[in-house]
Amino acid sequence: MKTNRWTACGNWILDRFPLTKLWNEHMAHYYAPKNFNFWYFFGSLALLVLVIQFLTGILLTMNYKPDADQAFDSVEYIMRDVNWGWLVRYMHSTGASAFFIVVYLHMFRGMMYGSFKQPRELIWIFGMLIYVALMAEAFMGYLLPWGQMSYWGAQVIISLFSAIPLVGDELSLWIRGDYVVSDATLNRFFAFHVVAVPLVLVLLVFLHIVALHEVGSNNPDGIDIKKNKDANGIPLDGIPFHPYYTVKDLAGVGVFLLFFASVIFYTPEMGGYFLEHDNFIPADPLKTPEHIAPVWYFTPFYAILRAVPDKFAGVITMGGAIFVLFLLPWLDRSEVRSIRYRGGIYKKALLLFVISFIGLGYLGTQPATSGATTVARVLTAVYFGFFLLMPIYTRWEKTKPIPERLTDQPGLEERIPALLETFDEITVKTDNASIWLRRKPDYKGLGNLALRLVKKLKSSLD
Amino acid sequence: MKNLLNTLLILMLPFGALAGGGIELQHADIDLADNASLQRGAKHFVNYCLGCHSAKQIRYLRIALDFDMEKEKVLSEIAPEGATIYDKMHSAMNAHDAEKWFGTMPPDLSLIGRSRGADWLYTYLKGFYTDKSRPYGVNNIVFQDVAMPNILWQQQGSQAPLYEKIDGKQVISRLVMEEPGQLSEAQFDKMVNDLVNFLVYVGEPVQLERQRMGKYVLFFIFMFLIIAYLLKREYWKDIH
Repeated sequence: MKTNRWTACGNWILDRFPLTKLWNEHMAHYYAPKNFNFWYFFGSLALLVLVIQFLTGILLTMNYKPDADQAFDSVEYIMRDVNWGWLVRYMHSTGASAFFIVVYLHMFRGMMYGSFKQPRELIWIFGMLIYVALMAEAFMGYLLPWGQMSYWGAQVIISLFSAIPLVGDELSLWIRGDYVVSDATLNRFFAFHVVAVPLVLVLLVFLHIVALHEVGSNNPDGIDIKKNKDANGIPLDGIPFHPYYTVKDLAGVGVFLLFFASVIFYTPEMGGYFLEHDNFIPADPLKTPEHIAPVWYFTPFYAILRAVPDKFAGVITMGGAIFVLFLLPWLDRSEVRSIRYRGGIYKKALLLFVISFIGLGYLGTQPATSGATTVARVLTAVYFGFFLLMPIYTRWEKTKPIPERLTDQPGLEERIPALLETFDEITVKTDNASIWLRRKPDYKGLGNLALRLVKKLKSSLD
Repeated sequence: MKNLLNTLLILMLPFGALAGGGIELQHADIDLADNASLQRGAKHFVNYCLGCHSAKQIRYLRIALDFDMEKEKVLSEIAPEGATIYDKMHSAMNAHDAEKWFGTMPPDLSLIGRSRGADWLYTYLKGFYTDKSRPYGVNNIVFQDVAMPNILWQQQGSQAPLYEKIDGKQVISRLVMEEPGQLSEAQFDKMVNDLVNFLVYVGEPVQLERQRMGKYVLFFIFMFLIIAYLLKREYWKDIH
């Protein structure tokens, strides 16, 4: 074949830049375990949300004014007068919450399948740094609309620094640039939110992926696929990331976008959880809102902060709740990675941890009554118990024998017939003409199903 | 099993009880597709609210476009004298006078529908009652010691509170009409509902448009999902 001008142009680049090498190393010849399940979608989805946040963020910056007198009105200007401004803004605000949903699920996947364990400790550390940077990014971004919750949320969080002995007051003054949250604070938060932290995020994401591709991905069985290679040195249980996982992730993107678009177009406030009602009131330094609550993704840590009676001790505990996650690879002494082959203790502990995290998240949105505080204290103890007792209970537990090769578990698609059967069991046909009312619930079937699920949960915890 | 359920219910009680508290809100019937109601609401807003409260985030032009009205009709029927179609809904009252008369500047109402919600606004506007201890002789059941007078008293009439004792504290149980106004109760409810409908619209003028658009976006994504899934299945045939 004769080389035409375009190929020549391409070759000119390929002779000078290792594009083919990069592509092969990270996509076409990067072998990933073939048994990734539902939980493995969230890494690529996090990357997608990051891109969405960058693009919408850049568009918002074109009309937003980081000025205490104009910030609130400029956001409303974007919502009303800028063409498609409302869509861009809702994508960005929903994207912030979506980011945390996706990242929390991604982290939970790591905890289930032991993805943080040797040799992937550094990937976990980079991931945790991404999480911390993301929290900083979200916190500073939340000040920008300059609503009541933006303002007082920032006021409360920055004042936490003043609890530090000796330097506290000076430190919080230095962070704010003023005695209260003000125009100076807004300007510096804007600088951090749109330039500094995004740069750090991109760098960390790069490191996270480079470190991952060095050691290879973990899998739901938590076994090393590189132990069984064929004559060419390719793992027997591995498949090239491209095209297999690129097309699979594309379907995952479709499902994600369905949820994402449903929120944006039908319930962008998400009942006050994604956009708080009080944030539609312009910031007023003289009027403290009755009930200050951070956005939902911070509430577990906010509940931990409030659970401790002393302010400084509360700040330390809250910081500790995040810091302890960094230590996870060294706290876990179990010999197997995946929850599939761990003993019952870890499974129960993880379940308790999830309950405590969600429970604290709920309590963080509620006013701190004495009853709620007591519950928050218990859940805080459970939260820390999960981590700090881990070196003990993971050594105790009796693990199951791990398989030599990846096991074949039925995927979502193979489970559809079984799901249809279950649907048959819990509903009965009626004569109603409407498509939606043709079947009504069968309580006996529902009871059987509930009983079966409880039994299954109980046996799976052993 | 029953015991467990009871325990759970008791555990949830303190939070449930906390969520309520105070007067139960009345339900506003919001329909943003009802242009007639929105037009009436806009007129009521300009007649009764705009004297003190602005809605500075909305332009008369936007109202004309969204309510399907002629621009001239908006200017003659809704906008106050002297306003142009590109003007935002500014109030004539300045901050200096407001401080002197009410002690505080009445808030801009552009986003009140989003911060307070339709039901609260509906209950608030119907919730004024006679209270001689207040400067304007009225108080409100959902906004204790409100600085605003009951601007709709001519239409509504005046209401007196009925008290009951709960845990040794005097609590308002409901309001009764002392002196009926120009409108019947049903007529007044309709007027307030139109007004609240308008305020909910002003809070986010794009609401209807985004809901209309959402169908097509979701349909498009669904089609994309089907194609992506078929592609995935095709590629993954040879794996196992």
